[in-house]
Amino acid sequence: MTLTLELEKQKERSPVVAQTIFLGVGLVLLLLAPLFFYPVFLMKILCFALFACAFNLLLGYTGLLSFGHAAFFGGAAYFTAHVVKEWGVPPELGILVGVVGAALLGAVIGFFAIRRQGIYFAMITLALAQMFYFFCLQAEFTHGEDGIQSVPRGHLFGFIDLSQSTNMYYFVLAVFVIGIAIIWRIINSPFGMILKSIRENETRAISLGYSVRNYKLAAFVMSAALTGLAGGVKALVFQFATLTDVGWQMSGEVILMTLLGGIGTLIGPLFGAGLVVTLENYLATSEFPVTIVTGLVFMACVLLFRRGIVGEFYNSRLGRKLGFEHRHKH
Amino acid sequence: MTTIFGIPLQAFLGQLLIGLINGSFYALLSLGLAIIFGLLRVINFAHGAQYMLGAFAAWLLLSYFGIGYWPALILAPLLVGLLGAVIERTMLRRLYSLDPLYGLLFTFGLALTVEGTFRYLYGASGQPYATPALLTGGTNLGFMFLPVYRGWVIAFSLAVCLGTWLVIEKTKLGSYLRAATENPVLVQSFGINVPFLLTLTYGLGAALAALAGVLAAPIYQVSPLMGSNIIIIVFAVVVVGGMGSIMGAIITGYMLGVAEGLTKVFYPEASNIVIFVIMAIVLLLRPAGLFGRDA
Repeated sequence: MTLTLELEKQKERSPVVAQTIFLGVGLVLLLLAPLFFYPVFLMKILCFALFACAFNLLLGYTGLLSFGHAAFFGGAAYFTAHVVKEWGVPPELGILVGVVGAALLGAVIGFFAIRRQGIYFAMITLALAQMFYFFCLQAEFTHGEDGIQSVPRGHLFGFIDLSQSTNMYYFVLAVFVIGIAIIWRIINSPFGMILKSIRENETRAISLGYSVRNYKLAAFVMSAALTGLAGGVKALVFQFATLTDVGWQMSGEVILMTLLGGIGTLIGPLFGAGLVVTLENYLATSEFPVTIVTGLVFMACVLLFRRGIVGEFYNSRLGRKLGFEHRHKH
Repeated sequence: MTTIFGIPLQAFLGQLLIGLINGSFYALLSLGLAIIFGLLRVINFAHGAQYMLGAFAAWLLLSYFGIGYWPALILAPLLVGLLGAVIERTMLRRLYSLDPLYGLLFTFGLALTVEGTFRYLYGASGQPYATPALLTGGTNLGFMFLPVYRGWVIAFSLAVCLGTWLVIEKTKLGSYLRAATENPVLVQSFGINVPFLLTLTYGLGAALAALAGVLAAPIYQVSPLMGSNIIIIVFAVVVVGGMGSIMGAIITGYMLGVAEGLTKVFYPEASNIVIFVIMAIVLLLRPAGLFGRDA
């Protein structure tokens, strides 16, 4: 009895050490990254990584495939850009407005979408997000095809000048780390456990007495709010908000990032986002359309490695040795 | 001038006609989606791309081989259907044992690839496709002017929808299909080749989409983006109708097309979102859809 307990303890200890080392190395790399790469490029990756991680909270941990997350990403970008530019509010408040706006939008879209399951859920989110796209196309404050241009980055807390790209980078990095920490906290809380039980077996979760609908809606709103955080920050990084971020292609892109990195892994979407953004930047200079490549990567992912890069690593011999065993069903 | 609710009758009927035309395409496309979903449990996101391929096949046949509208009406669906069958055989088949979401994601990737390829080859702007000589001009119905081609599209797509419904409900092949939808394992144990039925069904669905594409070619411009514009609306149509019934898909398609056309008369600003609004209302009142069986 004591022996097995002892063994279990050892089993538990080594992965924690390995994971902490990985986490530390990753953070150091992110802190040093602006020395080697173009800051705006890095910030773009971080924004999309947070977006994908927030999306993964829903797909990977609750088992809901939303095909409409662009509405929250692009919507928050519009809200933040509008209040910062037109009303002159400070950046931190502007981002907060984006987050709250995305959460409200998430509550409305989620309210309708959770009435159906599986494949229908995906189609409903897609349709409602498209409706929001048409709204953005016609609404006055979004300036239609032009979008909201030259949004000032302003001063964070009144004294940190965000127009300097180094300052902006560390601000984005801080937001990213906080966002990931929130997601980590959610999925490791009792609430997160119930989400996972819904993912594994919804009927059983209902029969155990959980009001699955409320949990789904809560997860949807949280995911939308965190997506809004990413969208709001992105609007400040690029200093504009356009229709591109609310279109269905964007919803597809975040699915690809998550799938490529590893559905249901905490940091997989970071790798997926990094790869997709790098690929897009690389192809942007050539005439070759990005959609062909993203489409092919999509098909290859679904057919050949559904666990994604990080998921495959966790399941590899090395990953298992380091205690990263990945238990997501495929 | 005669008016209805303060709207000139001419404008009213004109929009009603456009609504019926759009409804024809919605009906044809949601019918194909429903057939594929019924048997394969896959939501075919590539349906829009296959619709676009049908229109492009007609255009390519005309521009490069001088093959006109009438042969294209048969050839284009055949080609796209074959392509669909090959894709089902080689790739889609591997996903049946998985969560249906993977089928959606795979066909989404397929749609992106096909669309991107055509945009790369032919540019994003549309190509005109002439109305066949037999169907040019129009007739004056007394109360309105009806372009012959538009009348043809409505009549022909109605015939195709009803024909497909008859095949599925009344023929032996249709009974196999329905039986395989209910219980594929049992049907296979009776010696019916279910994997072949699945290939056939996906090919048939793709061919229906391509047929709609050929019909659309003379009305809209043949453009690589025509598919993705329509597929999201068709998804909303399918949510409203529920995919449990073939007839339900057809009726919902026409109904929502007409609803969209009429909104254009009374409140033009809302015309491109009205179908989504109807979808939201139906979700509130009847979450399973108007004709849906599964909740």
